[in-house]
Amino acid sequence: MTEIRVKIDNVTYTAPEGVTILEIARANGVEVPTLCYHPKLSIVGACRMCVVEVAGSRGLMTACSTVAVDGMEVNTRTDAVVKSRRNVLELLLSDHPMECLTCEAAGKCSLQKYAYEYSVTGATYQAEPRDHDLDSSNPFYLRDMRMCITCGQCVRVCDEIVGASALGFSERGDRTFVGPAFGHNITDTTCVSCGSCVDFCPTTALTSTHGRNRLRTANIRKVTTTCGYCGVGCQINLLVDRNEILGVEPVEGPANDGFLCVKGKYGFNFVNHPDRLKTPLVRRNGQLVEASWDEALELVARKFSSIIDQHGRQSIMSLSSARCTNEENYLMQKLFRAVIGNNNIDHCARL
Amino acid sequence: MTNSIAEVKENDVLFLIGTNTAENHPVIWYQMVRALRKGAKLIVADPRETIPARRADMFLQLRPGTNIALINGIIHVIISEGLYDAAYVEANTTGFVELSRAVAAYTPDYVSQITSVPAELIVSAARTYAAGERAGVYYAMGITQHSTGVDTVQALSNLALIMGNIGKEFSGLNPLRGQSNVQGACDMGALPNVFPGYQSVDNPEIIEKFERAWGVKLSSQRGVRATEVGEAVGKGDIRALYIMGENIMVSDPDVAHVEKALKSLDFLVVQDIFLTETAALADVVLPAACFAEKDGTFTNTERRVQRLVKAVDAPGQARADWEIISELIRRLGHDAPYSGPEDIMREIAALTPQYGGIAYPRISRVGLQWPCPDEDHPGTRYLHSKGIARGKGLVMPVQHAEAQELTDADYPLILTTGRIIYHYHTRSMTGRVEGLHELAPQSFVEISPATAEQFSVEDGETVSVSSRRGTIETTARVTPRIKDGVVFIPFHFAQGNANVLTNVALDPVAQIPELKVAAVRICPATAK
Amino acid sequence: MTTVQDLARIKDLQLSQRRGKRVLVGLATCGVAAGAEAIRTELLAAGEKFGLSDFAFDRTGCIGLCAYEPMMEVHRQGEAPYFYVNLTPERVREIVEEDFSGGRKLDQYILGGEPLKSQLRIALRNCGVIDPDSLEDYIAQDGYLALGTVLSTMKRPDIVDVIKRSGLRGRGGGGFPTGLKWEFTAKAPGDHKYVICNADEGDPGAFMDRSILEGDPHAVIEAMAIAAYAVGASEGYIYVRAEYPLAVDRLNRAIAQAEEMGLLGEGIMGSEFSFHLHLKLGSGAFVCGEETALIASIEGQRGMPRPRPPFPASKGLWGKPTLINNVETFANVPTIIRNGADWFAAIGTDKSKGTKVFALGGNINKTGLVEVPMGTRLREVVYDIGGGLPGGKAFKAAQTGGPSGGCIPAAHIDTPIDYDSLLAIGSMMGSGGLIVIDEHACMVDVARFFLEFTVDESCGKCPPCRVGTRRMLQVLERITAGQGTEEDIVKLKDLAEGMKLGSLCGLGQSAPNPVMSTLRYFEDEYYAHVREKRCPAGVCTAITKYWIDPEKCRGCTLCVKVCPVSAITGKVKEIHEIERDACISCGACQEKCPFDAISRR
Repeated sequence: MTEIRVKIDNVTYTAPEGVTILEIARANGVEVPTLCYHPKLSIVGACRMCVVEVAGSRGLMTACSTVAVDGMEVNTRTDAVVKSRRNVLELLLSDHPMECLTCEAAGKCSLQKYAYEYSVTGATYQAEPRDHDLDSSNPFYLRDMRMCITCGQCVRVCDEIVGASALGFSERGDRTFVGPAFGHNITDTTCVSCGSCVDFCPTTALTSTHGRNRLRTANIRKVTTTCGYCGVGCQINLLVDRNEILGVEPVEGPANDGFLCVKGKYGFNFVNHPDRLKTPLVRRNGQLVEASWDEALELVARKFSSIIDQHGRQSIMSLSSARCTNEENYLMQKLFRAVIGNNNIDHCARL
Repeated sequence: MTNSIAEVKENDVLFLIGTNTAENHPVIWYQMVRALRKGAKLIVADPRETIPARRADMFLQLRPGTNIALINGIIHVIISEGLYDAAYVEANTTGFVELSRAVAAYTPDYVSQITSVPAELIVSAARTYAAGERAGVYYAMGITQHSTGVDTVQALSNLALIMGNIGKEFSGLNPLRGQSNVQGACDMGALPNVFPGYQSVDNPEIIEKFERAWGVKLSSQRGVRATEVGEAVGKGDIRALYIMGENIMVSDPDVAHVEKALKSLDFLVVQDIFLTETAALADVVLPAACFAEKDGTFTNTERRVQRLVKAVDAPGQARADWEIISELIRRLGHDAPYSGPEDIMREIAALTPQYGGIAYPRISRVGLQWPCPDEDHPGTRYLHSKGIARGKGLVMPVQHAEAQELTDADYPLILTTGRIIYHYHTRSMTGRVEGLHELAPQSFVEISPATAEQFSVEDGETVSVSSRRGTIETTARVTPRIKDGVVFIPFHFAQGNANVLTNVALDPVAQIPELKVAAVRICPATAK
Repeated sequence: MTTVQDLARIKDLQLSQRRGKRVLVGLATCGVAAGAEAIRTELLAAGEKFGLSDFAFDRTGCIGLCAYEPMMEVHRQGEAPYFYVNLTPERVREIVEEDFSGGRKLDQYILGGEPLKSQLRIALRNCGVIDPDSLEDYIAQDGYLALGTVLSTMKRPDIVDVIKRSGLRGRGGGGFPTGLKWEFTAKAPGDHKYVICNADEGDPGAFMDRSILEGDPHAVIEAMAIAAYAVGASEGYIYVRAEYPLAVDRLNRAIAQAEEMGLLGEGIMGSEFSFHLHLKLGSGAFVCGEETALIASIEGQRGMPRPRPPFPASKGLWGKPTLINNVETFANVPTIIRNGADWFAAIGTDKSKGTKVFALGGNINKTGLVEVPMGTRLREVVYDIGGGLPGGKAFKAAQTGGPSGGCIPAAHIDTPIDYDSLLAIGSMMGSGGLIVIDEHACMVDVARFFLEFTVDESCGKCPPCRVGTRRMLQVLERITAGQGTEEDIVKLKDLAEGMKLGSLCGLGQSAPNPVMSTLRYFEDEYYAHVREKRCPAGVCTAITKYWIDPEKCRGCTLCVKVCPVSAITGKVKEIHEIERDACISCGACQEKCPFDAISRR
């Protein structure tokens, strides 16, 4: 592979041929703001935040879409660049509802972050917020198009990764909004409720319903673990407040590459369900009644022993579980092989 | 999987057979979507026009139970048109001559008669697969849950082998596993014939190794299989059953039969997170912790051992399964010297060659793919890179055989079963997630417009579906996306449970029940 | 299969069959809209009645003299052709009887002077001359000879070289050297390439491309085939607005004719070269005239521009190297090939070669289509060709380049029209719309009009254009409503700069141009609006107030009667008064007052 040398803000970097200015900048810790860019999605150059000056080029270039060439000289913070970015932010904020105090995305919102960094309030061209009704037809997430900055990440992730293509742009000019075609509700589309659009949204146009007004608190812990559903083994962060799971966000695991399906993203709330078994139960007079661990385990041990005594070691069997851990399956087979003394162990691998 | 999930997006041809990846493994489907965006060709074989089928370049809508015929037909075209990898076949396989002889009869026209897939589609699918430089085959229960399941996998293996599509990055044979740790449960020897690491219980050396490690005498007698439980209980051979995290009252075929067996046991212990249909029949119910409430590891479908990290406490007195089993071991008079799962993994690594290098510190951030024999081994991204595991790849001809139960005048339709995206297995978890329940609240039966008309069934009405084993009521969903003469019912729902209808006929080798083909009839519930 | 020799034979045959007396009826959309179909029907009927078998009554495309539609051109061997204009069926009957049958010209219906004076028709060479539905007619004008020549005698790089040396630049507005575009596409690696004709003419008031497609479709087809051969493409698209049904119809017919004659398709004119041409109908989004948005639209995506680079020449339609030229650009190509690069380069100015077609509109006497050499002065176009402003009103400005362009004030009326001169004075060539504005126009209102257009037509992709155009319009609306402040003018300038710097495509980058150029030349009008809350032209009704001078008012009640909102009170012989709140500032009273007693402030 050919190496190229590119000068960014007067520092020379080497990079492989074919990468963009943005990729070189990010790889080397040079801050270039973006709103519509995502490394896993196609490049659209829509938000105009990543504009930079390239020596010899007419006008500003978007770093996300411009492939670097050997000898290129790039400046990421000239007056024109900053002016252009500030203008973009002024305009995006001009009709953006100023609800940061109660906004679910505050603190992780890209628009808020850049507004702060570039000291832009949106007051210069202030106008009425756009008129859009909240779409709460999906049980897992809300769509508030007043908050949308039309970056299109949701449209692209739904189309390019999830393959559902449930979202698109409607209307033109500043009436442009993102939504299902023909003004349908999101539940009437090919949406598979995976929440990828929510994870990609840089503002709060798309937010999960569960955990609202709680997820922003400081005591949220993120616990990285493996999803408990199918065999793909997606890596997830459980968002935990004290002893309650409030949400799930995808982690860039080797298998899931930062994406989840509806079950992984939103199928967690069974954990808190009141139906959960909380104490051992034993059958007395035909009824299952609560018992202590000591009682229950003693009963099992006693029964197993007496059945072995009466009917031999082969008369007990275990169905282990494809939803329990390796360690638990190991122990279960060890229990049967080493303690009970048979090979009567199987599980539902075939179902 | 012989390949890794991350390799899927690099495929230039994807052949999906018996997998509705978009609903059952959505995140792998995302990788497939990315491959398609880069121009990959997609071949889908399924009786239903699934989401992948709608994106397919070639959709082979076959009659359920005819997978082998279809695959043999594809192999026939590849051989007769000389598209196979002759050099690879010569160097790395045995049995090619027998295979070509065996598939000679499977001409596109003949296969078309069996499968009802148009002959031209079979030919173009064969050519497309053969043209792939990085062709991946993906399959799931649509292949295996047949009385001919093992043969079908062999047929796919034949197909991959004659193209040299094994032991290569991006090309391979990839079963997609449906449950979080089904791979791990097998790896750990939760099987009646092998110790952890697929070490056979009838091998004296292996027995000796485990006897030394565990300090007890071990049985070399193969154990009872899950599919044999009913019979063993019936005969009085099995008196007690200890079920951990399984709901066989919904998931197993011929539920009436299962219920009878469970009720005739002397003693039933069920360990679970909810009082499932199965737990309700138990003598003792032990409350377990769920995935978020315990530490441990899962092994995913690409053989990657990944961490489970405790995030919250289990409710009430519920305990992690490993704690409960440890305690039971102790109460039965043995040692269980484990302070936590990490201790158990050390023992696993010592006894399981493939897991020899697996240790918690190594997998704290990114999991490792087995085989990982020692602590310096980086894990294995794709299998068979240094030749097939057993030397030369065995190409072994297999023949089409009809399903065990065929349609007749009384039961004129084929029932096939499967999952939908919003639910998991028997819904004991997903049924308790409000939003998922809202999106898919109840069982249904998919039926084509022509078939619906034939049986006077209207979209949305309650219908009665019967097989030789039972009858359920469910809601008709009339859709052109299913083949005429076939009906589909998801198996998740205890109400309108497809497994009341399914057949227990087993594959002779793997003992997998034929859940994908049963003969049924359908009529409006009011006409019953 | 058709060869160069076949072309010559067809030409001879066609010319030999042509009758000595020909009447051509202009049947482009404008002519049809003015009733030309009825004229031709009448003509045929009358011709039959009078037994004029020696006359051919043919159809043709746009003659370019819109103000005189419907019209017909009369050719007699050995005589200068002349135009009968503003025809009605009655006049046609009269003309047929008196002139065609009786041999007496009806001078009162004939357009005097030199109708096409000062024009040089290259792109429009066949418009109004041939029957656009007749391939033979086109061939009779040496049509497809250029294609035959390149296929039989020229190497690909030589063709590119001819276009480069000719100095032809893109006529769609950008002015990029056409030869370079061809060269980039030719040199781009790729097994499959495309040629696209951009016929998505969107500037308000512009109809150059439509007229060419309606009047001479084969010229574009021939040029595309030449281009395809030169750059190594085998497939092409004409992206044309669905609102141009006649153009679509004629293109479809022309493509079918060319395919049938072996001038399109496999093995063209017996060579190895194959070229397949498709029509793609656009649905009238202005932004689809932007080349990357146009490509997205052909691909079935929403018509939104994509960042460049990569340019279409390297990654265009479906990621393949693609040459995109505008209709008028293509229309020049066959002539350049036939007459040579030097011939073309000798026309026009140093950096702008050849001619430019303009759609002349607005406050001008002879609206229509004109083609003049580059470098022609604006004054010449407005007064010599356009016949000046109606009612002898004063020329205030000319707006060129549509919503992306700017205004040329009277002070610059002697500017030569070429790419660089127009840019230097803050306007642009654009695709060729030329709107003349008279002294009664408010320039703030003119800017507002164009912003309204871009607000509607912004694709919505990038914030500077999507939101910026709307904010800019809101500022202009404030100003024209008399609610603007001096700070608003600063905001306009800041916004304009931000939009120019940050917008993704030319639409957004140039959307502030109408504002910037009116600010540049008519800043005083803006200040009159914000400081004095006054619209000097009296166009902005919200700040235009009418007063009755009690000294002059005679109490005639004419104004009372004419006021549409009954805002004027007063009895006969009493002094009238305007009720401020009710008045809508329509100005009807002022026009009616016989005593000049009503004034505007």
